[in-house]
Amino acid sequence: MTRKQRRLTMIGGSLAVLAIAAALVLNAMRDSIVFFSTPTMAAEKQFPPGQRFRLGGLVQPGSLVRGDNLAVNFSVADGSATLPVTYKGILPDLFREGQGVVAEGALDASGVFKADTVLAKHDETYMPKDVADALKKQGHWKDDYGAKPGATAASAPVQGTSK
Amino acid sequence: MIAEAGHYALVLALALALIQSTVPMLGARWGDQALMNVARSTALAQLLFAGASFTALTMLHVTSDFSVVNVFENSHSMKPLLYKITGVWGNHEGSMLLWVLILALFGGLVAAFGNNLPLSLRAHVLAVQGWIAAAFYLFILVTSNPFLRIASPPIEGRDLNPVLQDIGLAVHPPMLYLGYVGFSISFSFAVAALIEGRIDAAWARWVRPWTLVAWIFLTLGIAMGSYWAYYELGWGGWWFWDPVENASLMPWLAGTALLHSAVVMEKRNALKVWTILLSILTFSLSLLGTFLVRSGVLTSVHAFATDPARGVFILLILCLFIGGSLLLYAWRASTLKQGGLFAPISREGALVLNNLFLTTACATVFIGTLYPLALEVVTGDKISVGAPFFNLTFGPLFVPLLAAMPFGPMLAWKRGDLLGAAQRLTAAGIAALIVIAVLWAWTFGGATFAPLAIGLAVFVVAGAVSDLAERVGLFRIPLTIAVARARGLPRATWGTAFAHAGIGIALIGIVCETTWNTEYIGSMKPDHVAKVAGYQLKLDGVTQRQGPNFREMIAQFTVSRDGETLEVMTPSKRDFTTRGSSTTEAALLTRGASQLYVSLGETNAEGAIAVRIYHKPLVLLIWWGPVLMAFGGLLSLSDRRLRVGAPKPAKAARALQPAE
Repeated sequence: MTRKQRRLTMIGGSLAVLAIAAALVLNAMRDSIVFFSTPTMAAEKQFPPGQRFRLGGLVQPGSLVRGDNLAVNFSVADGSATLPVTYKGILPDLFREGQGVVAEGALDASGVFKADTVLAKHDETYMPKDVADALKKQGHWKDDYGAKPGATAASAPVQGTSK
Repeated sequence: MIAEAGHYALVLALALALIQSTVPMLGARWGDQALMNVARSTALAQLLFAGASFTALTMLHVTSDFSVVNVFENSHSMKPLLYKITGVWGNHEGSMLLWVLILALFGGLVAAFGNNLPLSLRAHVLAVQGWIAAAFYLFILVTSNPFLRIASPPIEGRDLNPVLQDIGLAVHPPMLYLGYVGFSISFSFAVAALIEGRIDAAWARWVRPWTLVAWIFLTLGIAMGSYWAYYELGWGGWWFWDPVENASLMPWLAGTALLHSAVVMEKRNALKVWTILLSILTFSLSLLGTFLVRSGVLTSVHAFATDPARGVFILLILCLFIGGSLLLYAWRASTLKQGGLFAPISREGALVLNNLFLTTACATVFIGTLYPLALEVVTGDKISVGAPFFNLTFGPLFVPLLAAMPFGPMLAWKRGDLLGAAQRLTAAGIAALIVIAVLWAWTFGGATFAPLAIGLAVFVVAGAVSDLAERVGLFRIPLTIAVARARGLPRATWGTAFAHAGIGIALIGIVCETTWNTEYIGSMKPDHVAKVAGYQLKLDGVTQRQGPNFREMIAQFTVSRDGETLEVMTPSKRDFTTRGSSTTEAALLTRGASQLYVSLGETNAEGAIAVRIYHKPLVLLIWWGPVLMAFGGLLSLSDRRLRVGAPKPAKAARALQPAE
């Protein structure tokens, strides 16, 4: 093979791999991306049952009900809308009523959000970034959720999952 | 007083870095030996002052001097000594100080052990190191000074984040930083080569050991971080495709590619321009990782305090270094001469294939990590790209890479014999097929892909073993001669085999853990028994205990199997009063390479406690693999060829260039 042919083989091979990778990425982008939404946004967007999304907001005070065998019901509110959530499993250490939470899952046929992952954080002043941004946008931001600049602690996400 | 001294040492280090970044460059331009030698002394002095500054901060933390903001916010007088020390880098300011200390350490090492480098190359390399160092000293001094005082000192500190109060913090960040920052050396070498407009096989031989050191530490650092997350976060996950993890995986992938392309350059004087580009990209990805973690654009365990000014500053550094080096590359790369020719099927060809897949895999991780950020900036939509995305992109790209991996070392340089290599891999192929068949029969009707993936892993491991066996002529010649030959093999060959086998081992662990993981989640009362994967776990009771800076609730489980009592496991939950937060301390029972994992949830009104129990088969292989890989790297590093250093370039270029 001449130098040119060799170079062409290499370039052809590289392009083939890159094309395959691009196809994989586009395919994955279509199927496995999860949108973030507050209860209000969820009502606007009309997610069909079964489509996964991340629900963020505050745990509605007084809505937490523990059932048998680690089943939990609570509502997520963002000031203008609420959405009931069911979850089965262990909640994160700092899951509290009135505090920020992010749940991942999908709506069922009756409009209840079935979560398979619940995220909360390890800090008393913590507010998930997505939730804080969304609340600010809707004008429901309360200053006491805000972290004091420079005094915020490293805070770790804790996840509860049930597969 | 100590705080002021530490601050002052940092300012001096900045001044030295500025001198180091200019004077040797001028010296190299004018051919002035004395000026070029300035690089050496400034690099060593810079290390001294960065070390002094770091020592000062450590002393402040150990003595719990709460008049310093950094100590007040991240320490507590009751905290055990170990965590007082590790707490130094358990916060933004301190971890940046560790970053520059390690940067200075690598600069100092080049200065101290780079005596066999040509003078102008050493001057250029250290000057580039000086630029990086100066930028980061400036960053610390302007936006994240750890030595700031509080006007009225409080009596007690706010304590370190409980999750970080673990032995993992002592090991994981320093290891990771040694890896991240270690790639700055190959970056500096690449930029120096571009400035000088000259690069040869000797260059690759100088760069390889540094890249290898960085790679070893990065491998161990990532593995350590993964194990830490596994036992500390309480739900047994070891990799979350979290942006911060991806930030460390990307330089690892690029660095692994660099390691392989540097071999081609050293042996065959080919792929020069590509190797230079990879050196630049690898360190750029390290910088990007630092930016992602430190700027607060992401929320995660690793994002400490967020401050927009810091993000903008690091973004500036990022643009300056990545943009500048790529511009220099575009301008100067054409001056580098192309090297040896090779056929597509050859050792070089295999290494190019390796590079192709590794960099493409790295690109998919890059897209998955940055796409949500880009989309939020452009459309305002918030999305998360999680494990499914990476499983669908990264996974398929790794399959051909692993399948091709055993062939690489079997092919000859310049022109290889694929059929011959395949013949020598017959045994490995048969072993893989047997494993697939056995697993399929054993788990009939279960997972389809898992046996295939394990077969692939077995092929990789057996391929590495058969490469060694072929080289020493095992079973073909008398055993004693084979042993003698094995001793005589270059250490780098052993290193390759260990590192490649390590990948296979890790893959077995990953597949087993994800496919055959069994779990039990439920609430238990004392004397209840949970059955998981043939083990019986009886809850004996729950007790309370007071720790140094926390209260702890401990549950005691007696584990038995087939009526025989094995061990007592004591998972616990700790409440840290100062921070008002709690951590879950999982209990682990290791049986061979498998583990039983117990962690606790909350207690309810009737005294029942929520419990999560996992049986994770062969899970430990996930971390033994990287340890094997790092060991392989260490063997390669100890190879005589790298120890004696590179011969003088002029002669070497001729000696290493076989006739075409």
